[in-house]
Amino acid sequence: MALITCHDVTLGYEGTVLVEDLNFEIGSGDYLCILGENGSGKSTLIRTLLHLQDPVKGTVTEGDGLRKNEIGYLPQQTLVQKDFPASVEEIVLSGCLGRSGFRPFYTKEEKALAGKNMERLGILDLKKRCYRELSGGQQQRVLLARSLCATQKILLLDEPVSGLDPKAALEMYDLIAQLNRESGITVIMVTHDMVSIRYATHILHIGDGWFFGTKDEYLSSPAGSSFAGLYETEQKEGE
Amino acid sequence: MIETLRMYLAYPFVRYAVIVGVLTALCASLLGVSLVLKRFSFIGDGLSHVAFGAMAIAAVLHVANSMLIVLPVTVLCAILLLRPGQNAKIRGDAAIAILSVGSLGIGYLLMNIFSTSSNLSGDVCSSLFGSTSILTLSSAEVALCIAVSVIVIGCFIFFYHKIFAVTFDESFAQATGTDAEKFNLLIAVIVAVIIVLAMNLVGSLLISALIIFPALSAMRLFSSFLSVTVCSAVLSVVCTLTGMLGSILWETPVGSTIVAVDIAAFLICCLISRVRRA
Repeated sequence: MALITCHDVTLGYEGTVLVEDLNFEIGSGDYLCILGENGSGKSTLIRTLLHLQDPVKGTVTEGDGLRKNEIGYLPQQTLVQKDFPASVEEIVLSGCLGRSGFRPFYTKEEKALAGKNMERLGILDLKKRCYRELSGGQQQRVLLARSLCATQKILLLDEPVSGLDPKAALEMYDLIAQLNRESGITVIMVTHDMVSIRYATHILHIGDGWFFGTKDEYLSSPAGSSFAGLYETEQKEGE
Repeated sequence: MIETLRMYLAYPFVRYAVIVGVLTALCASLLGVSLVLKRFSFIGDGLSHVAFGAMAIAAVLHVANSMLIVLPVTVLCAILLLRPGQNAKIRGDAAIAILSVGSLGIGYLLMNIFSTSSNLSGDVCSSLFGSTSILTLSSAEVALCIAVSVIVIGCFIFFYHKIFAVTFDESFAQATGTDAEKFNLLIAVIVAVIIVLAMNLVGSLLISALIIFPALSAMRLFSSFLSVTVCSAVLSVVCTLTGMLGSILWETPVGSTIVAVDIAAFLICCLISRVRRA
């Protein structure tokens, strides 16, 4: 059974329809890239998948034992976070909050989980460091470790490499792919960047209708080949 | 000097003033960190003007206990301002400015038209800059202030991790099952209560100082949220005590003396962080 199923979902706001009758499923272990231009409704789709917003029409359902608040979310960085005085450990631990209910402190298990996730992403030695003093790539790792504290099943990443230099961006993509391959974590990633679909198994393209399918199906579709064509030109210019 | 202080502290009203002063400063500084980080530094100023406007309405309506009007109105405005506004038409600084300037103007207008007092500008001045009212507190008012402060500090400690999460990243907190809206509401209500409390102490205009200075000073020195919060609370209490005792010794106005000490502490912290980095 699929982890998340979107059935006849129409997205939009205040009378504007962005995407109509969207149907797709995300299975366990999939790596889905969501592509589309600015304003095509990617952010609205994310907010809908996270149940922060209701779709205009249709349903989003979780299956396979996934609970509603078990989606590890990596939002885009906000202005507030850039100079926030918090240690890496404090931020990673806050990923455990969702399950703590009214309990006002963290348990030993939660602290151990945070430690494990920091080690997994290679930031354990930064744990006492201040978030605002880290490099962009390190900051993204901290936020990724936080999402891993919230879930072991599925990550939803909103343009995880925006603002990173090319080297840090590639490292970030490798890291995400590694989590997908080795830990079997399902990945949903919003991206602008053709490089990132290298690891994808499925593609959802929104804008002027929508396309959903495996990566190979996408690359041979009209929408996909025009997008891929752009990528190839870019590559050639880069050489 | 110590003799003079001891003489003053022998009076119960001076002791009351010190207790109320320290408690309000402590509460204000705890939430100050969160407010400054959420880019709401001016909310203290805005809400205190709202409280001033509400006070004018209470005076015009001859309500015996003005708190019955001031507190609900201020709480309501705080909720409106701090509500997470993805789709709000007017937001952030503009919304605070509108409420602040609007209620200041309307409040003064009302007081002017319906004034029963012969010393209008004196009244206005004392509610804006803090008055001698902190020296005329009754024991019942002190008890109320202690009770409210205990509740505020208790809430803060109990929900500390959630307040951190909601301040750092509202959408993540909401998506992973923390009800961010509920905690924004909690923060808004607490802020409003603190501001109404603090009006007695430093007056509307200077409340912002109690909220932002300790937080900003602490952020110069420390780098984790916990240490910033603790340092901000300690600094705030020390500065307020120094300011109050200073105002007794030098016979200066209480509110402005506290603010002057806060500014001095802020400059010292800036200096320390400069030296450390060099």
